Amino acid sequence: MMLPFLVIALLSAVAQLFLPWWVIAPVAFGVCLWRSKTGWRAFGNGFLGIAVVWFVYALSIHLQTDGILTGRMADLLFKIKAPLVLLLLTPLIGGLVGGLAGLAGQQLRAVFSTDPNHRAA
Amino acid sequence: MKVFKALLSLLVAISLLVALNRPWGSVPAFGRLLSPFEGFWQNAETKDHATGQNIAVEGARDEVTILYDDLHVPHIFAKNDYDVYFAQGYVTAQDRLWQMEFQTYAAAGRISELIGDRALELDRYNRRLGMAYGAEKSLKGMLSDPVTKSVLEAYSAGINAYINQLKPAHYPIEYKLLGYAPEPWTPIKVAFLLKQMTQTLAAGADDLMMTNVRQKLGPALTADLFPDYPFKEDPIIPVGTRWDFTPVKRPAPPQNADTDSSVALNWQPHDPAIGSNNWAVGPQKSATGYPILANDPHLTLSLPSIWYQIQLVTPTLNVYGVSLPGAPGVIIGFNKDVAWGVTNVGADVLDFYKIRFRDNRRQEYWHDGKWKPVRQRIETINVKGKRAVVDTVLYTHHGPVVYLPEEKPFQSSIPTGYAVRWIAHEVDNGIKTFYDLNRAKTYDDYVTALSYYVAPAQNFVFANTAKDIAISPNGRFPLKWRDQGKFLLDGTKAANDWQGWIPAAQNPRVKNPPREFVSSANQSSTDPTYPYYINWEFETSDRGMRINQRLAGMQKVTVDSMRRLQNDVYNHQASKFLPVLLPRIQETNLSEQQKQALKTVRQWNYQQDTATIAGTIYVDWINRLEDAIWADDFPYEASRPMRYPNADRTWQLLLEEPDARWFDNVQTPNRKETIGDIVTGSFQATVDSLSKRHGPLGQTWAWAAHKKTAVRHLIPGLDAFSALDVQIGGGSGIVNAAGRRAGPSWRMVVQLGPEVSAYGVFPGGQSGNAGSPYYLNMLETWRKGDLYELLYLKSVTQKHPRIQSTLKLTH
Repeated sequence: MMLPFLVIALLSAVAQLFLPWWVIAPVAFGVCLWRSKTGWRAFGNGFLGIAVVWFVYALSIHLQTDGILTGRMADLLFKIKAPLVLLLLTPLIGGLVGGLAGLAGQQLRAVFSTDPNHRAA
Repeated sequence: MKVFKALLSLLVAISLLVALNRPWGSVPAFGRLLSPFEGFWQNAETKDHATGQNIAVEGARDEVTILYDDLHVPHIFAKNDYDVYFAQGYVTAQDRLWQMEFQTYAAAGRISELIGDRALELDRYNRRLGMAYGAEKSLKGMLSDPVTKSVLEAYSAGINAYINQLKPAHYPIEYKLLGYAPEPWTPIKVAFLLKQMTQTLAAGADDLMMTNVRQKLGPALTADLFPDYPFKEDPIIPVGTRWDFTPVKRPAPPQNADTDSSVALNWQPHDPAIGSNNWAVGPQKSATGYPILANDPHLTLSLPSIWYQIQLVTPTLNVYGVSLPGAPGVIIGFNKDVAWGVTNVGADVLDFYKIRFRDNRRQEYWHDGKWKPVRQRIETINVKGKRAVVDTVLYTHHGPVVYLPEEKPFQSSIPTGYAVRWIAHEVDNGIKTFYDLNRAKTYDDYVTALSYYVAPAQNFVFANTAKDIAISPNGRFPLKWRDQGKFLLDGTKAANDWQGWIPAAQNPRVKNPPREFVSSANQSSTDPTYPYYINWEFETSDRGMRINQRLAGMQKVTVDSMRRLQNDVYNHQASKFLPVLLPRIQETNLSEQQKQALKTVRQWNYQQDTATIAGTIYVDWINRLEDAIWADDFPYEASRPMRYPNADRTWQLLLEEPDARWFDNVQTPNRKETIGDIVTGSFQATVDSLSKRHGPLGQTWAWAAHKKTAVRHLIPGLDAFSALDVQIGGGSGIVNAAGRRAGPSWRMVVQLGPEVSAYGVFPGGQSGNAGSPYYLNMLETWRKGDLYELLYLKSVTQKHPRIQSTLKLTH
């Protein structure tokens, strides 16, 4: 149930302290290869596992720094002075990468498994 | 089927990852940029925390303590000179790494490495101008002196100590946006930075335009319209100052100094918006009985801020002021004994020589009756994503040949090109003067420090606690015959070469003049009695005259009265022009709105403040008036650029020669325009165009809204990191010189005395990081014309409530 999501969130958070940002993809992929039920759930776990971490970290930076840079970057990238855009886009992008990687992990798992519901968590 | 689905989903995931991990054109790698772990989020900063920080770095010789005040100004306390410059490099890199590196890329002609072949022509221009050649010469000069060599090495080591511990997640945001990484710092980058300053301040040249003018008008009319000394002037060295030296022999002008100009070379003209003010008042005029010194250098305002405030303290040094990120020491500042400041001289230190090559192989050129060898210098310009471009630049004894005949339309059968003789190609030691000024105690120290200085020539103002004030237009000035280099020169004749130098001790200088103040605002260095030739034209004297009028009338001067003078927005030029122009207006021809506008201008008090409507009309009108008088006589042709006579000459024309032929528009053969027609017509056009742009005469015409002063980021188009539409009065030619793009880049007032006290502000902040609270925090104070007290600490143990945090560098 919650386990793959938690593992993805924790593992990716720790890994990103040392490794490039794209490590989120192998983490979500690996965890869903190890444990996942359906494609939808794998996507959801991968998406949320990454998106929640990215959102929480981005939000805490945003709040601690009074959003000075969030506002300027929103202006730079989208010509609007609304920091909210980046607070939503950031988890969305990270989530998409995590979700699609998770889905790929689940699909590969399905190749080697006779019963996709077998060992469901 | 399952295998297919698995492969497909894998492919989709990988594609997305790859797409987000690479830049698309000018769009940076989005995934990396948005990652809170390494993207832009990591550049968001908070204010300095009270908690201290210890960093172990390689290279410091002893422990260095750096106290940051509430404006994020570092106060560096080191136990020796090496460490103080090491720490200056370290903290400057911490706040300004991208800026200091980018500026040296620009000066070195390396922008193509970062953004591709869009920058190729710019890079080629800088290479052809000999920027790298000049930087190498400067480096040689700086390294030949053991003191400056050590300063340079310490400073570079400090920058590298910072770069070495920097993780990609903490690269300044610009690296992340442009997609590159910092490279190690080397001493030649300091030389490049100083060359860039010389290029900004001492590379403008009107020689070609003036040659075209002379070809069209002949020598007599050219001399009349482009005189060697202004109609009305108030020179920097007060009229009547005696020259207490015996001049060396000055070269005589050759019989025939004419050259043709069959080329279309484009060269940057002098930029009138780049100038500066400085002055010092003596003890009799000051309320405290000790001198007060003020300086505000005007440059193209940019972000990260041009200047970086710093205090450097060792057992033998305690100096505060502004530094240029990328150069060690303090450029404008004070210590407990002295204060100094600079404005640009505008000496003619760049001349063009027409080179006659022997043949098309261009291995030899004709000079002084002999064929002399051409030297080749290979410039390799690396281009991002493309093959490197190799450019061979030809060098004569004059300097590099910037333009070759095949690079422009050219008729003659003799192969030629123009070599540029430029002061920036001399061996010099650009940091020694400042090293000595930082430690100066007496007037003699100041004189000695100035004697090493080469370029860009500056008016160095000085005041000390011993109650001296002084000013000196100073730099290495070529010894020339009068008007040498006003026009293009024939490079085959030795008489046209620079003939040595004006002895440094004979540079113009005045100490404690009877009027009890010294000042400069880029106007003529001296009156015509000075025995040497520096230039035929300087900035218009409007700012200088206004400053001198104000200072002459002041008694019991305080820091605050100096601050108010820096923010003076009286339009001195308008006060000269309008009394001449307004009576010439033919009122019967005016529309209702034009009459209203005329009334507004007539009632104007010449204050070019944020709200003035008359000021907006005046500035637009004067530009149109100059076009109306001169554009028909000096029509624009790309292949034959010319320039107009300056505003001072135009004023003289309006005042004293109302029947001059120049008022007639030669493009209307059947009509003879009079001064009244020109003045009225340009006024009508001004009002009509302003009402088209801003609607009917009213508040929308207000000066600050019309002018739109902007402080822009160094990357063109990066509006989000810029301050746009800053509501401030003043402008070009006004003491508060805040124009559209250029303006006071630093304002400083220093009260000398037993306890020196100083005040300053610049339009931006100490940090170069757009994600820092210290990026633009001083802008509003600057806009309002206020100053911050500069915290001059005496010792590291001094407890001051403005100290926010401590950084210790240990070895």
